[in-house]
Amino acid sequence: MIRYMEEFRSAAGSRALAADIRSLMPKQELAFMEICGGHTLTALKYGLAKLLPEGLSLKSGPGCPVCVTPQRYIDTALALTARPGIVVATFGDMLRVPGTDGSLLEAKARGADIRICLSPLEAVAFAQANPEREVVFLGIGFETTAPTAAAAVIEAEERGLRNFSLLTALKTMPAAMRALLESPTVRIDGFICPGHVTAVAGGRIYEPLADEFHVPCVVSGFEPTDMLRSILMLLRQVREKRGEVENEYTRVVGREGNPAARGVMERVFVPADAVWRGLGNIPGSGLELKVDYTRFDADRRFPVELPPPREYPGCRCGDVMRGTIDPPACPLFARTCRPDNPLGACMVSAEGACGIHYSYRDA
Amino acid sequence: MCLAIPMEVKTIESDKGVVEAGGVTYEVSFRLLPDIVPGDYVIVHAGFAIQKLDQEDAAESIRLFREIEEAEGKAKNE
Ligand code: SF4
Repeated sequence: MIRYMEEFRSAAGSRALAADIRSLMPKQELAFMEICGGHTLTALKYGLAKLLPEGLSLKSGPGCPVCVTPQRYIDTALALTARPGIVVATFGDMLRVPGTDGSLLEAKARGADIRICLSPLEAVAFAQANPEREVVFLGIGFETTAPTAAAAVIEAEERGLRNFSLLTALKTMPAAMRALLESPTVRIDGFICPGHVTAVAGGRIYEPLADEFHVPCVVSGFEPTDMLRSILMLLRQVREKRGEVENEYTRVVGREGNPAARGVMERVFVPADAVWRGLGNIPGSGLELKVDYTRFDADRRFPVELPPPREYPGCRCGDVMRGTIDPPACPLFARTCRPDNPLGACMVSAEGACGIHYSYRDA
Repeated sequence: MCLAIPMEVKTIESDKGVVEAGGVTYEVSFRLLPDIVPGDYVIVHAGFAIQKLDQEDAAESIRLFREIEEAEGKAKNE
């Protein structure tokens, strides 16, 4: 299996695919959006931009969970850490996201009880072991993560826990893609669709978009040859004037996704409106706990009063996630905003476009 | 958060089990992906197996890459 990964990273394979891409490139300029931060990472790490013909650009999209999480959510999490008895449990990459007034990391340094988890189940186990504490798990992410948060809620229910709750900012991808397609300032000639969102939700979630907007969509794996193959498939669609959903990542993804995971997600969550950093409020693009599970809803259990949220003046995270600028076009990029001093969410996460561009800026 | 590397399922006990990749083992939940047996390869996200890798399909992709590479090699030599 290790060898299998090497094959998907083969430089000769990449060069051969790039030659095919060049031969199919039309005269007009094209912009393909890779939704997922994992794809942005592959593209930068393997220098795919250099293999692509002139006029063909890749843009980052709104697929980094930490990055799209709005400022108000970070502020809510920060306010919760200040309440006695509450332990905030979170994936590690939330720690350094700047809120209106400081970050979770700074709160932790001041003594707030914040636990880093690799899985929401760790937060459930911690809640069970510490019945006198209230454990609030920060549930962020997309269709890939939502079933894991849902499974944690079910696990907490099965264990009879009353001290576990979820602060949800979970989101679903197609509504955000629709918002981008409807935006007059964003140009997208094709989507490289997120492999693991689709592994759960199924390739069919993009079919209404492809039909309505006649936009080519290709579900892609995360190795460099996967992405080049996906770009080739998009180019073929453009040349043949097709706007369809195709699947490059067939070794993991099917049209139906993972029905068991979807079932768990649908048992616990219902669609709701959600605010995205950079995209604003998008109707039906979020998930909230169903009525039967509101006792696990941190928002209801621990309401907080907050001043209006404020982002760092000049941070252009929103433009980066809409694909209207590349991170180096932000005047703060690599000057005042760096991974050791992030001014916006996109510089923090391993999946954030600004952070990825920073890591590979000389590559 | 996304680990794109497929991991091999080593052991399963009710809905939990151990997976391995590159010599490192992890404990994961199979609650979101029942019907898995040891020897399967899975994609893991946030402590849960979320999808199974189709090994035949992966082998087929590799075969296709080889063909593309060979075709390009030939084109260069001509
Ligand atoms: S470089 Fe920093 S300030 Fe600029 S958009 Fe990215 S995160 Fe915001």
